[in-house]
Amino acid sequence: MEGRQEAGKENKPSSTSVDPQGDSSLQVEISDAVSERDKVKFTVQTKSCLPHFAQTEFSVVRQHEEFIWLHDAYVENEEYAGLIIPPAPPRPDFEASREKLQKLGEGDSSITREEFAKMKQELEAEYLAIFKKTVAMHEVFLQRLAAHPTLRRDHNFFVFLEYGQDLSVRGKNRKELLGGFLRNIVKSADEALITSMSGLKEVDDFFEHERTFLLEYHTRIRDACLRADRVMQSHKCLADDYIPMSAALSSLGTQEVNQLKTSFLKLAELFERLRKLEGRVASDEDLKLSDMLRYYMRDSQAAKDLLYRRLRALADYENANKALDKARTRNREVRTAESNQQLCCRRFERLSDSAKQELMDFKSRRVSSFRKNLIELAELELKHAKASTLLLRNTLVALKGEP
Amino acid sequence: MAAEREPPPLGDGKPTDFEELEDGEDLFTSTVSTLESSPSSPEPASLPAEDVSTNSNGRKPAEVVLDDDREDLFAEATEEVSLDSPEREPILSSEPSPAVTPVTPTTLIAPRMESKSISAPVIFDRSREEIEEEANGDVFDIEIGVSDPEKVGDGMNAYMAYRVTTKTSLSMFSKSEFSVKRRFSDFLGLHSKLASKYLHVGYIVPPAPEKSIVGMTKVKVGKEDSSSTEFVEKRRAALERYLQRTVKHPTLLQDPDLRQFLESSEWFEEKQQQFENLDQQLRKLHASVEALVCHRKELSANTAAFAKSAAMLGNSEDHTALSRALSQLAEVEEKIDQLHQEQAFADFYMFSELLSDYIRLIAAVKGVFDHRMKCWQKWEDAQITLLKKRETEAKMMVANKPDKIQQAKNEIREWEAKVQQGERDFEQISKTIRKEVGRFEAKRVKDFKTVIIKYLESLVQTQQQLIKYWEAFLPEAKAIA
Repeated sequence: MEGRQEAGKENKPSSTSVDPQGDSSLQVEISDAVSERDKVKFTVQTKSCLPHFAQTEFSVVRQHEEFIWLHDAYVENEEYAGLIIPPAPPRPDFEASREKLQKLGEGDSSITREEFAKMKQELEAEYLAIFKKTVAMHEVFLQRLAAHPTLRRDHNFFVFLEYGQDLSVRGKNRKELLGGFLRNIVKSADEALITSMSGLKEVDDFFEHERTFLLEYHTRIRDACLRADRVMQSHKCLADDYIPMSAALSSLGTQEVNQLKTSFLKLAELFERLRKLEGRVASDEDLKLSDMLRYYMRDSQAAKDLLYRRLRALADYENANKALDKARTRNREVRTAESNQQLCCRRFERLSDSAKQELMDFKSRRVSSFRKNLIELAELELKHAKASTLLLRNTLVALKGEP
Repeated sequence: MAAEREPPPLGDGKPTDFEELEDGEDLFTSTVSTLESSPSSPEPASLPAEDVSTNSNGRKPAEVVLDDDREDLFAEATEEVSLDSPEREPILSSEPSPAVTPVTPTTLIAPRMESKSISAPVIFDRSREEIEEEANGDVFDIEIGVSDPEKVGDGMNAYMAYRVTTKTSLSMFSKSEFSVKRRFSDFLGLHSKLASKYLHVGYIVPPAPEKSIVGMTKVKVGKEDSSSTEFVEKRRAALERYLQRTVKHPTLLQDPDLRQFLESSEWFEEKQQQFENLDQQLRKLHASVEALVCHRKELSANTAAFAKSAAMLGNSEDHTALSRALSQLAEVEEKIDQLHQEQAFADFYMFSELLSDYIRLIAAVKGVFDHRMKCWQKWEDAQITLLKKRETEAKMMVANKPDKIQQAKNEIREWEAKVQQGERDFEQISKTIRKEVGRFEAKRVKDFKTVIIKYLESLVQTQQQLIKYWEAFLPEAKAIA
């Protein structure tokens, strides 16, 4: 199924707030997107007066794999070890939606044409919503990079934004995927090892607290996200249930010859409207709650990764210290040991400093995002509840007024 | 004119002529001509209806005016045949004088030795009286009109529907004026049913108009030219004449199939169809409401689970205000989960249960309609059996087995009574059903309206609670600094 979107500001599910720090010297947005069968092509538009770029305004077309390449490039770059790397956007996944549409097509002959049309409409809206979300996720990723004073100066970033041709970063093959998977295991094992290393003491209360906090927080937010998803799904199921109800009531109304005729027809109309409202409740919960939780789940993972890197640096520093001591006692290669130790020390301190800043930014980002979304969630829930009440009351008046 | 007819010799080897004739069946019962049974000169007609002397109280046969046709035939038929008349015997043994084939008044063949039995097995006392009372004017006070040809459907599946209007003062009908819509094939179906029942016992069942493929195709295709309108008009008139002839036949008039064709059994058909449709749609609605209940319960459970994880998240959160807000969110969600549960109960106990009750009730209604059909069938079966018994009686008469004849007569009496009872039962059940359906529908309307209003009010309640909860939460969210 093809989908196209002009990504304007109003289309963004603003579950995350990206603070451009008042700096408009580099503005990135996804101005267009096309869904073709199994891939999505994003048009990335950059507006910048930075001297590095050849033009002040230009766009390129990128696919999901290229975003991943960019993300991995940042992660593997030692320079950015002390920073929270913005989480990579999730892969566009229309599978579920496409399957549902297909099933509907093969369908059920017992549903009326009207019902079929409504269900199709619902699924198409769902498809469109998923499409919009994936665009937004990719956009937010780029915008965070563009907003970060350090990350925005990355060479690969420039290439990503400017290079007109395909970056030829094919998707990871099985071996690479497996490799990535193993690396993660190694990382966790390493982390476990490091933390159990005797003599390795966390000198900084701040980081001690952050580690405990992030560990727990990440797990819990992941849970909350999953469960919020389920709530949202239930709301959608409920909305879908109104379709056959409305259809049956409509038929009943048409068949009746007595006073129940108008009652049934009014009920049919009521449920059709309630369906739309219920659908909006579902999608608002999705955007304001589920998506936000999901984003911060990923972001907190990125923060955890930062802590790991710092811990690794600390371990390296500790090891360097030990090596220096050993060298001094043996009085062999003291110079190299010294310089190595200094290197590790500097690295560790650099990482710690930047990590501290990053983690504080993470907190304020998180708090402000939650605030915004929770307020918007509450306001939208109120709006829908009031609309439902009005609708129900009007129907009741009409029904009671009948002889 | 009767004199001109050569009565075929009877009794000497030509019993066959009369064998087929049903005992009491008269083609023109009320106009029964009593033919001269003896070679003696026919006297000018006083034409008592033979069937008149039915009652055991020995009513004097009233005179019945004959149709023109019959007058011609039987103007001079004189013999008064009374049921009590012992003269019957000799009548039979001597030459019966069948008039013109095939019009053979079976009076001669049918010795109404005993009293009660009437010539036409299916004419009952009361209608007999009625028929007798039509001294002048129409023979039976029943007029059929076929009108308003209307095209139903389109293309090759189209057909013409005609309005069949019956006007009558006969009390055997429940109304004095009524009409139904019938299509041509319905007329043909009626004829074939009547023919299969009555032709083989010698009744002249008026034939239905002929089919015309060409004519009908033109109509179907929609050619609005004069030839197709003419065709339709010709057909309409032919159908009307066909029905008129059929109802003027006293035997056929009594037939259940004819009655059903004319009468508002359409009401019953309509109602049956209505209930069938209602049943279908209620089932669909019920299924979807059950799904709703199920999903709402799921929503409740999922909301509760989310509430817990939101609380946990709030505990983890190290920013104080956010932490508090998240705990508040958890509380709100918990209350909402309760709300969903209560709503699910309302969905079920108000809406779903009402629907399932009515689905069962409608099954009972359908059962009642089925009983009516069974009743009708019983009536029809009784009538068919009666015809057979009369046939048997005639055979026995011909074969001259007096003991068997007696038995046959007994059986005839028995079945006449059954037919009568069958008709009464059918009419009774039909009447009862009409009343009951009216009562049922009134109750249904009330029930549904009441429940729908209650259910909607429960939905309003839920929404209002939601408003309360979110309004309480909003300041908490805003308080996050």
